[in-house]
Amino acid sequence: MGRLMSPGDAAQFNIQIGNKLTHNVQPILHQIRHALEQLLDDHKTTTIDLRSIPLAPEEESTILDILGQGEVHARLNALGPSEIIETGCAGVWLVTHFNESSHTVSRFIEVTEMPDILKSQHRDIFNGLQMLNHKLETLAT
Amino acid sequence: MKDSSQKETGCKGNAPRGETLGDALRRQGVSRRSFMKYCATAVSMMALPPSMIPLVAEALEKARRPSVIWLSFQECTGCVESLTRAHTGTIESLIFDAVSLDYQHTLQAAAGHQAEAAREAAMEENYGNYLLVVDGSIPLGNPGYSTIAGISNLDMLNDVAKGAAAIIAVGTCSTYGGIPHAKPNPTGAVSVNDIITDKPIVNVPGCPPIPVVITGVLTHFLTFGVLPELDHLGRPVAFYGQSIHDRCYRRPFYDKGLFAESFDDEGAKKGWCLFKLGCKGPTTYNACATTKWNDGTSFPIEAGHPCIGCSEPDFWDGGGFYRALSMPTENIAKTAVYTAAGAAAAGVAMGALNRAKKKAVSKAHIKITIDDLET
Repeated sequence: MGRLMSPGDAAQFNIQIGNKLTHNVQPILHQIRHALEQLLDDHKTTTIDLRSIPLAPEEESTILDILGQGEVHARLNALGPSEIIETGCAGVWLVTHFNESSHTVSRFIEVTEMPDILKSQHRDIFNGLQMLNHKLETLAT
Repeated sequence: MKDSSQKETGCKGNAPRGETLGDALRRQGVSRRSFMKYCATAVSMMALPPSMIPLVAEALEKARRPSVIWLSFQECTGCVESLTRAHTGTIESLIFDAVSLDYQHTLQAAAGHQAEAAREAAMEENYGNYLLVVDGSIPLGNPGYSTIAGISNLDMLNDVAKGAAAIIAVGTCSTYGGIPHAKPNPTGAVSVNDIITDKPIVNVPGCPPIPVVITGVLTHFLTFGVLPELDHLGRPVAFYGQSIHDRCYRRPFYDKGLFAESFDDEGAKKGWCLFKLGCKGPTTYNACATTKWNDGTSFPIEAGHPCIGCSEPDFWDGGGFYRALSMPTENIAKTAVYTAAGAAAAGVAMGALNRAKKKAVSKAHIKITIDDLET
């Protein structure tokens, strides 16, 4: 299975505790499994903050290797880039936010049909409508 | 609402008074999606569960831009440098840009009486609601040691603290007295905590503190209207809850007893533990090992230098930056013996350290070295 991030990226991510194994890989994978069942049964979404769980770099890579790479790979540009990747397990997404210097500031696993951050936000849609109206008015004059 | 002449005296005077944080961000062209990204990062930064992201977003959206008065006393301006230079234009600076910084005599354009007028106006308009940020220690020896516009630091602190909703002491000088407090403490320097006892105070120590910790505390206050959970030294647990040692990537070498003995030996080249070179990581609580410095590039231990323990009280009088903790140095050694015993017991939480225990250990001071632990 392909890696979702390079070793360099993994090294940048600041949750490492040396190379000491924390044995948190399986618990996280089980949490994801339960979350997928909840999504199917109750449409309940789950977000796991990878920064809040101690993981050695190799353990994070192991989790991502096991989940694999899916069909969607999106990149946002909002206060710096963000990367939204659907893993090989449909419904399991890896969301990584970077700052404007391209350093990782947060990383989440989201179990959902589509991460909210990908959707157009209502307020932005409203602003877009206003901008379009203004441009049409300008064209008309 | 300030008039135009007043607007030019404050640091952020061009922002409308009373606007919400959401209004301020929109005025700066920050999209809702960017705001949601900020909220997700803020929740992670504050060690809150991700389910809080929508609630944090809602609270931040409606939060009124707080007036912030920043007083600098006996300090080197390193704390301000840390905050303003580290993350220019990045996601971490978003919240700091969105507060109304009404007085900071290094950053504001106004000087002298004009600057003091801006401070007094901000105090009057926001009495009981503004945030007071303090960097630098306060000299009690002689009021003339440090004054601003002819006002002693002590008088200014007492005056401004009266109307503050909360106080954030930034940097080791304002939290514990810092370097001015180091022996023989010629100015009689003390911390904010030593003077103000009737206001909520959060300590953000470090020489300087990590910028994201400062913005994290501001974010927490904006979101929940209260200060974050604090440890026994008044520090936010989310950032100071674990020792440098516990999160250090060199920790496995410590556990295996592999130490650099000098700065140019094989151990140093191989990146072994710097404990014997004086690293204060085991007794220092801060987020350097995880948050890191210079846009997340590295932290002192990663650059090959031992932690000097700058976020702990009296770090300057600890007996030497390059003396190992197990050696009988002054204050630090008292901590070290306890810490070493804790490490030997494998799993004993270092968070159990507190001042009372340090004193007890000090009385029964028994020198324990790394060699003792390895045998």
